[in-house]
Amino acid sequence: MTHDKAAGKTRRQIHEDRLRRRALRVAASSTAAVFLAIFLLVPMAPGWDRVKASFFNWEVFVKTFPKLLDAFKLDIAIFLWCAPAITVLGLLIALARDTRNPALFPLRILGAAYTDIFRGVPVVLTVYLIGFGVPGLGLPRPWNSPYIWGSLALILTYAAYVAEIFRSGIESVHKSQRAAAASLGLSDGDSMRFVILPQAIRRVIPAQMNMLIALQKDVALLSFIGPVEIFRQAGVFKSLMANFTPYVGAAVIFLAVTIPATRYADYLIAKQNRERS
Amino acid sequence: MPKLALHGVEKRFGENVVCDGIDLTIEEGQMVCLIGASGAGKSTLLRCINLLEPIEDGEILLDGKDISLPGLDPQPVRRRIGMVFQSFNLFPHMTAVENVMLAPRRLYRKSRSALLPEVTELFERFGLKERMGHYPDQLSGGQQQRVAIVRALAMKPEVMLFDEITSALDPQLVGEVLDVLRLLKDSGMTMVLATHEMAFAREAADKVCFLKDGKVIEEGAPEALFDAPQHPDTQAFLARALK
Amino acid sequence: MSKHLLAATAIAALSATTAFADGHCADGKTLTDGALTIATGNPAYFPWVLDNAPESGEGFEAAVAYAVAAEMGFAAENVTWVRSSFDQAIQPGPKDFDLNLQQFSITEDREKMVDFSAPYYAAPMAILAAGSVADTDTSIAALQGLVWGAMGGTTAVPVLMETIAPSSQPLLYGDNADVTAAMQAGQIDAALFDLPTALYLSAVVVEGSKVIGQFPADRTENPDRFGMLMEEGNPLKACVDAAIDSLTETGKLAEIEAQWLQQTTGVPLIK
Ligand SMILES: Nc1ncnc2c1ncn2[C@@H]1O[C@H](COP(=O)(O)OP(=O)(O)OP(=O)(O)O)[C@@H](O)[C@H]1O
Ligand SMILES: [Mg+2]
Repeated sequence: MTHDKAAGKTRRQIHEDRLRRRALRVAASSTAAVFLAIFLLVPMAPGWDRVKASFFNWEVFVKTFPKLLDAFKLDIAIFLWCAPAITVLGLLIALARDTRNPALFPLRILGAAYTDIFRGVPVVLTVYLIGFGVPGLGLPRPWNSPYIWGSLALILTYAAYVAEIFRSGIESVHKSQRAAAASLGLSDGDSMRFVILPQAIRRVIPAQMNMLIALQKDVALLSFIGPVEIFRQAGVFKSLMANFTPYVGAAVIFLAVTIPATRYADYLIAKQNRERS
Repeated sequence: MPKLALHGVEKRFGENVVCDGIDLTIEEGQMVCLIGASGAGKSTLLRCINLLEPIEDGEILLDGKDISLPGLDPQPVRRRIGMVFQSFNLFPHMTAVENVMLAPRRLYRKSRSALLPEVTELFERFGLKERMGHYPDQLSGGQQQRVAIVRALAMKPEVMLFDEITSALDPQLVGEVLDVLRLLKDSGMTMVLATHEMAFAREAADKVCFLKDGKVIEEGAPEALFDAPQHPDTQAFLARALK
Repeated sequence: MSKHLLAATAIAALSATTAFADGHCADGKTLTDGALTIATGNPAYFPWVLDNAPESGEGFEAAVAYAVAAEMGFAAENVTWVRSSFDQAIQPGPKDFDLNLQQFSITEDREKMVDFSAPYYAAPMAILAAGSVADTDTSIAALQGLVWGAMGGTTAVPVLMETIAPSSQPLLYGDNADVTAAMQAGQIDAALFDLPTALYLSAVVVEGSKVIGQFPADRTENPDRFGMLMEEGNPLKACVDAAIDSLTETGKLAEIEAQWLQQTTGVPLIK
């Protein structure tokens, strides 16, 4: 034991190191086997050449990728103006549903109906209905723009989800925190603003991150009502070239954004779980 | 005139009568301890006094004025009555000093810098000066309870309510919190405690009330109540509690 | 109309018998022996297919399909219809149709992935303008100022971008119905379609709209020649091409065109 320590490691650490090395070897060889299977066996499939030519066509990829990247800027722009609006609206709805003031009772009912409806309808339907429907009432330009109404559809839908998450966060704050705030003489509003909300928001950040990632992908639904963002641009290329590679290019661009974001959200969740235990 | 007087206070949760016609008077500067089995209604009574729960019937007089009138704005009253709970007291997202300053800042519209001297002095008085910048989860349970007391005191309350503030603590931390209560009593604070610390109640209380099923079964000076309980329920409870 | 249909059926019956007697070109090359499986859109639109019922042989593409089938030796009852989207038509792997016709324009890029028959129709692109801008001057400069729409998956997009080059980013849609919905919602002023579709939409679908111009066929690299789509390397292609060539030579194709797409004249050319 003593001379183990002299070598800088206890007996247990040496044993654990051995186990770890073995686990690493097993993991490495099984991973290699799986990748070998994918990269050797799939190309041996009879249809592989056709699939490769129509999904993984390097020539098409190089030709379309820069334009896809350019179209993706529109996705980012839509995302950037929707996300803050969703956060604010979602929070307001969550607060309205929490309110106990009888004067705000209609708000509470509306809030409940709102979240039920918008969470129950597929986003793409909402995009169509609001994106074509509202301008169809005869709004003049630029107020009938599909950018405005399509974004509003996204905002309304996502705010419904975000509101529910905020609400669950608010409810997860122990009720004695409200009592503690009230016992100090703080008003309901102050207690919500300074005591409940900061804790609630912190708790739901990982869940809201996941909503943002979902939103980032659903921005593409605006293409149904006209805006040429990356999904539509890829579709145009696909049609003109009768080749699906542009979709693969679009997927690559989406992944480049969503994978780091997803990893980060997972990291936040793991961190929060660690803190709680 | 007593500082605080309860007459026939009744509190129900649905069918469940939790306070069943409670009468109690507390003189200025007195420390009154509520004892009784779990579920006797001690916490509920304290919450009623602080207007965290509306009462069905009866009245609660603070300086002779009924504060339990239905429809009365509870906030000004709550400022005059501080309360410390068993657990989940502090706001975990704020440092100790922010916890203490929040209510005075919002209610007295004072700035942080204006509040700092008096708040620092409070922390100092309760041996917490080094902990001002700590978050609750960086504090021991005893320190957290003491900060909670400081936080209530920062509103300069006239009466303090304590709901079993030591029962969630490790035994070795109980002492430091009880010391704070002694200090407060010496400074002349009017206090009502729900407690399971019989030894402390006996040593420090001016009056002890035994509650059972929402009723005051017996009350009196601690020596009298602990040494010569009159009511059989009190005797049975003390026999178990002091074992 | 019934005269034509009768004639077509008669020819079909006749050539069917002769073809089988000879051992025809298509033998053994179709999905199902003795039958020809043809795909169209879902839904299929006027004037290409009437009432979304290609089995009736009514509508330009339905009539062409039966004529080509007859020419290849398939009786009308041996023609089977299936539906397919554009994506299904171009995806790799075995197809569930022998021929697919739904106004697919023949392009060089597409031909790398799939096979096209000889063209069975050449339609110019035309501009459908909403009522509010129906009297826009048809100079390129004036057209550039409009807000444009088009169906994203069609050759209308390159024509629009290269020939008109609108000053604001055009809005693109997934199908014709969405383009017209956007026009009705006032979100776009004008859209590009092939001429027959544009005429149909202006007459029946978008109230107040007008076809304000068509592009001469030589303006772009023949973007508007429709071909029947087949799986890349389909041996049937030679037979289909022969059938279409023969229909073109005998004037039969022109006859069908005159019957179903006759109103496509009288729209001003854009210079
Ligand atoms: N919010 C509430 N809703 C319904 N019933 C309640 C509520 N709060 C307390 N009660 C009930 O009131 C009764 C008295 O509870 P209370 O917490 O006042 O007892 P206690 O004397 O403080 O007990 P302990 O020593 O366990 O803290 C119990 O039966 C409890 O279930
Ligand atoms: Mg209690």
